[in-house]
Amino acid sequence: MKQLDQLREFMRRDRVFDFVAEERFPFTSGVRPVRPGVVDISKGPILYIENMTVSFDGFKAINDLTLYINHGELRCIIGPNGAGKTTMMDCITGKTRPDSGTVFYGQTMDLTRMSEYEIAQVGIGRKFQKPTVFPHHTVFENLELALYTDKSVWPTLIAKLSGEQRDHIDEVLRIIGLIDQVHRRAGLLSHGQTQWLEIGMLLMQKPLLLLVDEPVAGMTHQESERTAELLTSLAEEHSVVVVEHDMDFVRSLARTVTVLHEGRVLAEGSMDQVQNDPKVIEVYLGETAH
Amino acid sequence: MPNKSLFARLFASNRGGSIFLGILAAFAIIVPVFNLAVPESSALHMSTYTVTLLGKYLTFALLAIALDLVWGYCGILSLGHGAFFALGGYAMGMYLMRQIGDRGVYGNPELPDFMVFLNWPELPWYWHGFDMFWFAMLMVMLAPGVLAFVFGWLAFRSRVTGVYLSIITQALTYALMLAFFRNEMGFGGNNGLTDFKDIMGYNLQQDSTRVALFLASAIALALAYLACHYIVTSRFGRVVIAIRDAEDRTRFTGYKTESYKVWIFTFSAVLSGIAGALYVPQVGIINPGEFSPLNSIELVVWVAVGGRGTLYGAALGAGLVNYAKTFFTGALPEVWLFALGALFIVVTIFLPKGIIGLIGKLKNKRRAEKAQAIGLNPNAETES
Repeated sequence: MKQLDQLREFMRRDRVFDFVAEERFPFTSGVRPVRPGVVDISKGPILYIENMTVSFDGFKAINDLTLYINHGELRCIIGPNGAGKTTMMDCITGKTRPDSGTVFYGQTMDLTRMSEYEIAQVGIGRKFQKPTVFPHHTVFENLELALYTDKSVWPTLIAKLSGEQRDHIDEVLRIIGLIDQVHRRAGLLSHGQTQWLEIGMLLMQKPLLLLVDEPVAGMTHQESERTAELLTSLAEEHSVVVVEHDMDFVRSLARTVTVLHEGRVLAEGSMDQVQNDPKVIEVYLGETAH
Repeated sequence: MPNKSLFARLFASNRGGSIFLGILAAFAIIVPVFNLAVPESSALHMSTYTVTLLGKYLTFALLAIALDLVWGYCGILSLGHGAFFALGGYAMGMYLMRQIGDRGVYGNPELPDFMVFLNWPELPWYWHGFDMFWFAMLMVMLAPGVLAFVFGWLAFRSRVTGVYLSIITQALTYALMLAFFRNEMGFGGNNGLTDFKDIMGYNLQQDSTRVALFLASAIALALAYLACHYIVTSRFGRVVIAIRDAEDRTRFTGYKTESYKVWIFTFSAVLSGIAGALYVPQVGIINPGEFSPLNSIELVVWVAVGGRGTLYGAALGAGLVNYAKTFFTGALPEVWLFALGALFIVVTIFLPKGIIGLIGKLKNKRRAEKAQAIGLNPNAETES
């Protein structure tokens, strides 16, 4: 299996070998070598979705969608039900393959050709709509499992925590505010705590891009506020994409908003711009006003 | 909690397991003494029949631990684990057949009796090498291991899970049973392999050989338990439990879950094969009946009765259910299957965590009562 993967990696057509890019080949000099496994964000965007289409039994969940996310950006994506928000997340994380179009991570990694675990390993973390943690493990063990490290079978069998990794876990525990619950089973946490633990697990993976699906659904007001603070503090170092229904929450994040409708981008801009866009009012905000 | 020393992980912080290993060690000392050293006239003498029976239970316990590893920890309900047990048994049976030599009914030094009877001119290619003990032992592990690896690779890569996987494993063992029933397969057809004489030069009918096989079973069980416990308390084990509880989340956390499932399934199959290899010389026969789906289902009942996800619970369940089976099939043969069915229903409804779960529950209750008595808040989330 591994050899096959290696062979496939070797045969990839979108890759330029380092020796080709060296100066003794004058016609390619000036071309930066592509380093496999390293995200190339030198042009600004970390995620390029271009002309992506996904259909299920003839229904186009995503219809010719083009969207760029910049490095260090906090982007909110809103849209009515069935606008294709979750399908878009599925395509980025490898759960669903688009019918056409491209999804690139940095300038070199084609996400449509990578599997879920590979995408997670190169630094894309995903929080599900329904908070999902490992209920029978303690908070500590949940974070330990998410740790950024070699995750193949044999190293995992003999893995031991180093002091550095332990510090990383402590740091994340502090960020998500679960330090008092560290030895509690995750299945016993409250809804809000579960959401934070899941975000903490994403942070353990040292991701560059965080995809957060409805982080405040079912949260109390105070919990939402804390979550907004948490997500804002994460942007800049990470790129964060938030899909959310809760308008107050989106406004409190106060960043660029993209409105999806019927699988394509309807409007993009600040919250005020978007809210005053007649198209948006018609399809989305208009609906809620009835 | 991680980073404990190996000793602490295997014994000190593993109370249930230490008790289990202690009982096993006590058996391993008492049984040989009472069989070999106590004279037959004494009331304390243990018959060789009992020794063999206990040895058989131990191999079943080993098989149950192997199933618990994949079912209790990884959530893979295999209804075909009997197939791996039987394959290991056949590999051992082939070795024992070759050991008969020219002492068979037809006196052919090369061919086993059933081949002479079927007019086979020579040994089929896959029977070569089985006259060597080391080769047979290698096959005991390789045959079930390779089958499980290939099967698991195909099934888990295609993301077959839950009840569908259970049905395919059931079909696997059923297909193997039908194949082994055929005389052309060269494994003795429906009679299977039997009439064994000796193992590594020791007469299989002798008391000392029987005791040695019992001891080998006990040691294999203890080592397998320790290996499984090591696995489930490692980070690998935590990943496996994570796969059981939330496979998608595990995948998005960066683990290639199918690899984990394939490896734990293969390891479990190898353990099952070893159990089968220890079982065959003690009962003296291996036939396609061992592949029957009913056996695999019975195995699931043992694990459910003992308690999933504890390893020693599975061993306990195997011992208790088989003791009951020996008793019932002797005293009331027609009742046994009904009793087994009823047992499964009762355990599923009233004891979802099996006997070990019940013990844990009683203990928690007592602890809570005690805590209340001295005015403390009972700790509701303690786990056995």
